[in-house]
Amino acid sequence: MGIVLQQLLNGITIGSFYALIALGYTMVYGVLKLINFAHGELFMSGSYLGLTIISILIGAGLGGEALLWALAGVFIVVMAIVAGLGVGIERVAYRPLRRAGRLPAVVSALGVSIALQNAVMLIYGPRYRVYPKGVIPAIYWQVGGIQISLLQVFVLILSLILMATLYYFIHYTRLGTAVRATALDHDVARLMGIDVDAIVRIIFIIGPALGAAGGIMVGLYYGRINFTLGWGYGLKAFTAAILGGIGNIPGAMVGGMLLGLFETLAAGFIPQGGAWKEAIVFLILILILVVRPTGLLGERVAEKV
Amino acid sequence: MSAILSQLKSLDRRIVYGALLAAVLLFPLVVRNDYWISTLVFFGIWAILGLSLNIIVGYAGLFQLGHAAFWAVGAYTTAILNIYLKVPILVCLPISALVAAFFAIIISRPILHLRGDYLCIVTIGFGEIVRLFLYNDPFKITGGVNGLRGIARPSIFGLEINTPTAYYYYVLFFVIITILIMQRLENSRLGRAWNYVREDEMAAEAMGIDTVKVKLLAFAIGAAWAGVAGNIYASRYTVIAPETFSFWNSVVMFCIVVLGGSGSIPGVFVGTLGMILLPEVLKSVLSPILEWRLLIFGIAMVVMMIFRPEGLWPHSRYRLELRREETSS
Repeated sequence: MGIVLQQLLNGITIGSFYALIALGYTMVYGVLKLINFAHGELFMSGSYLGLTIISILIGAGLGGEALLWALAGVFIVVMAIVAGLGVGIERVAYRPLRRAGRLPAVVSALGVSIALQNAVMLIYGPRYRVYPKGVIPAIYWQVGGIQISLLQVFVLILSLILMATLYYFIHYTRLGTAVRATALDHDVARLMGIDVDAIVRIIFIIGPALGAAGGIMVGLYYGRINFTLGWGYGLKAFTAAILGGIGNIPGAMVGGMLLGLFETLAAGFIPQGGAWKEAIVFLILILILVVRPTGLLGERVAEKV
Repeated sequence: MSAILSQLKSLDRRIVYGALLAAVLLFPLVVRNDYWISTLVFFGIWAILGLSLNIIVGYAGLFQLGHAAFWAVGAYTTAILNIYLKVPILVCLPISALVAAFFAIIISRPILHLRGDYLCIVTIGFGEIVRLFLYNDPFKITGGVNGLRGIARPSIFGLEINTPTAYYYYVLFFVIITILIMQRLENSRLGRAWNYVREDEMAAEAMGIDTVKVKLLAFAIGAAWAGVAGNIYASRYTVIAPETFSFWNSVVMFCIVVLGGSGSIPGVFVGTLGMILLPEVLKSVLSPILEWRLLIFGIAMVVMMIFRPEGLWPHSRYRLELRREETSS
């Protein structure tokens, strides 16, 4: 029983990374009907930026509790920079293609993804980079036979805060209502006086910022990062977004958590599951889509042209 | 007057194509450089892959980002039959095509009702499952990480094809056959049905087109052709490994189709030139800044799409579509 609970906890932790990244995919898709293949790379850039800034802070002699407080600043700065990057990419690579159909935009996104990945590789080198250790003290608690680390608590609480804030923003504020209206219908939203370009900009601020936060957390959690990080996480988060029903914000959160759970449970309880975990995840996804073609929380709408 | 002009134009086109064919046929005799001949063989295999994906993405308008899986099925079918059962390569060719088509039907039948982007992730997922299957090798037949080696060369009437020049003509033969078949397909009843489904699925269905069957055929024929490319690839390199059939290569195929111009046969060749041959050429030109190659490549993809969203050599129907949208908005 203890092992199951332990795996569930690990699954939820990994799931919250997927959920944070999946939100970026799902929001962009909801508003622009575009699969932003560069999103995984934005997440990875956030991870590397976090590494740089934390290293600078440690180099400046910061440590212990002061570093812990400074971490809040690191998150804000990195999220802001990556959000800027996201807005820039939208302006340069996606906006000119908004009326050109869907295939060109996807290729453009793939191009941005390749370019970003290689830019990071050129700056930081192709090898694994080690995240500074002990930024968050290695404290463990034993609760009911399972081990919880301070790091896990930190990841879970921060993800929860970010997601709750987003949920509140989308569902209970004027701007959030405008985002939802734009997602429904660009033209009608424009008739209601909504500046669609501004909404798209907001989407490209929130999505990459959440992804960047996920990037720093992944760095802190696993301790090392690589420039290819974005492909793997991006693909899984995209899967999570589809699983929950793409375009649906609570769906992305649920999908991310479920994906993390499936993955850890597959790795933990199926013989040789570790080698097969991606295949198992995709198999579950396909089975779910056969039964529910628009994902778990997706709406059943016919595709109109 | 205009009739004469159009006749002149078609004559013109015939001359251009004739000259192109002559140049392609004479290339190995003039160049006599094994490196470039081998590069062109590689190019030819990718062009066939591009043409096969063009059926699914370009004609039928289905989002397929896992095409490398069908290529893999073709290559591994050939390799397994040839290595374990000593079946000749050319006998494996139709079997590879059929097995790939069979897989395509099995996996796409339950998912064809999905909307475009859901279909996209399922094809990615299928590609990953196939790759992991080859990699983990549960039945001990795919050779795991190392793949399979010692695949035989094809032989025609006892004549073994093993030099780069021989392969050049071998692949060229298949490329030409593929082009001819694609041209016939494009203008067939099925080809027009694909166009209709791509443009407006509901209207197509209302006009009595069995959209499920038509889409299934696109997947099956596209996969079969990727299987053929897999057979050629396996015998050309005699070694295959799971990493060749990665998600990345599915992405490259997808970009070949869209960069060249979806649904356009010459477009596929232009796309292959850009995605396969250009990086190879850049490798020698940019040797001092080799690491920058892929960065430049990625930026070039974005720039290309911004300035020519319809592709480098678009199909006339696609060009019309984009222009119409521009004027109406």
